[in-house]
Amino acid sequence: MSDPKTLGLVGGVLVLLCIATVIVQVLRKRADSGLDTAVIETFRRRVRSWWVLCTLLAAAFFIGSIATVVLFGLISFWALREFITLTPTRPGDHRTLFWVFFLCTPAQFVLVGMNLYGIYSVLIPVYAFLLIPARIAISDDSKRFLERTAKIQAGLLICVYCLSYAPALLTLKLPGDQAGANARLLFFFVLIVQLSDALQYAWAQIPNKHVIAPTISPTRTWEGLLGGTASVTLIGAALWWATPFQDSAWWMAAAMSAVISVMGFAGGFTMSAIKRDRGVKDYGTLVEGHGGVLDRIDSICFAAPVFFHFTRFWLEVNKAAPPG
Amino acid sequence: MRRGTCVDGGGHRGRRRSMETSFTSNVARGFLALLARFLSGASVRWINSQPDTCQRVYFANHTSHLDAIVVWSSLPPAVRAITRPVAAKDYWMAGPIRRYIANKVFNAILIDRTEIKVHHSPVDMMVREIANQYSLIVFPEGGRSSNPEPGEFKSGLYYLCKRRPDLECIPVHIDNMNRILPRGQVLPVPMLSCITFGPPVWLESGEPKNAFLERARQAVRRLKEI
Repeated sequence: MSDPKTLGLVGGVLVLLCIATVIVQVLRKRADSGLDTAVIETFRRRVRSWWVLCTLLAAAFFIGSIATVVLFGLISFWALREFITLTPTRPGDHRTLFWVFFLCTPAQFVLVGMNLYGIYSVLIPVYAFLLIPARIAISDDSKRFLERTAKIQAGLLICVYCLSYAPALLTLKLPGDQAGANARLLFFFVLIVQLSDALQYAWAQIPNKHVIAPTISPTRTWEGLLGGTASVTLIGAALWWATPFQDSAWWMAAAMSAVISVMGFAGGFTMSAIKRDRGVKDYGTLVEGHGGVLDRIDSICFAAPVFFHFTRFWLEVNKAAPPG
Repeated sequence: MRRGTCVDGGGHRGRRRSMETSFTSNVARGFLALLARFLSGASVRWINSQPDTCQRVYFANHTSHLDAIVVWSSLPPAVRAITRPVAAKDYWMAGPIRRYIANKVFNAILIDRTEIKVHHSPVDMMVREIANQYSLIVFPEGGRSSNPEPGEFKSGLYYLCKRRPDLECIPVHIDNMNRILPRGQVLPVPMLSCITFGPPVWLESGEPKNAFLERARQAVRRLKEI
């Protein structure tokens, strides 16, 4: 943890967070700043959740990789609760849901912690995928069978399977074996996802906007997507020294950042569509007093498996043809 | 006038503790409350209402075995210590764990549903048991309904209020608990739920039984929409 690269990355993030907090405080004090109060409020909530995320991640890194896997497991569990609470199920699904919560979810993270890639990469898409419809069929309730099955499968895939690829970044065998390289990779990933979220939102504020799909999300525009992705790509390129891609080329880190940004956008947009269909604004307001974990991690869920597999593929290629 | 009793009556009653306070039952109480909060993911709202240690009757819709324990655990510890759920004897006396929880942890008032007689009425028992110290959690529908809407209320709440018109009746709405542990299931699914406490209702003097019961039912129903 004490190597200069990790310290540089974490220190840089801390400085950024402090600056963001100061900006929020100043904007809130000055009501005449000309900015929309809703925008400031959104920004404030984001900054607060970044602090929480950053503190949790730092604590987990400090204790070790098992703690990080457990942390992501708990986040997954909570996100799945929010997803299933929002999704109408029938009494016949009860037993299936019990297995989904208490067998599939912990098993996925235990396998990630044990680094059994061959099993955890198929556990949910194959075994849970088949178990769910079979168990629902046994409960002898055929009403809207396919719909109910698909909902539970989607919840498990998005909230558990996809998210588990974030801590799985810690198990990748990176070249060079330098201390903290895996932790840095995960930190880089989470940082780029969060930044792309924020920058897409910021870019969407410019006037003359072209909204992508107004019924799904009136705040997401083409300007936001392109501008956010472009700026995140630049930031990713500037952070190339902190990633394992440094041996290859700086543009590798830039390309990965662009992929993360686009996938993060896809995640947020998909979750907006689900929320719109259920008639709620965010998962947090569904149950008052809860943070709305799913709102915060939707982009991580979509970006994690893609980033993991791209990185893994890059490692394979690199191994086949070592540089120099 | 009697509506003011709550505020000045709360102080000295809160201090008296005749309840089982051994170390193990205290630990069990805290543990069970935490477990219930975790499993039910309950968020607690007080709408036009505040937690208080005065004598109250919390009446709620009933859809799950978890209802009593979740309402009980969503009260602040000081209020929880003087609040006793009213529960069915046949369910809570079956098995040593349930019996321990009902007697030592909850300090529940157990009603024998099979043997309700005129001079052995549950209302008499409740009035006797709460004396001038305890609050009650009751489920006036009588049994669990599989419908999320509260069904017709049984008359017990009315007779209780008639005997003790000074009790504050707090409507409580329990949302989503029927999905967490529905009828006929043993294993809970940890979804999120919401417990809403509403403003108190009282039995007006001369108010007919059915009118009061319907008014109470609507008070619970209304909390769902807020």
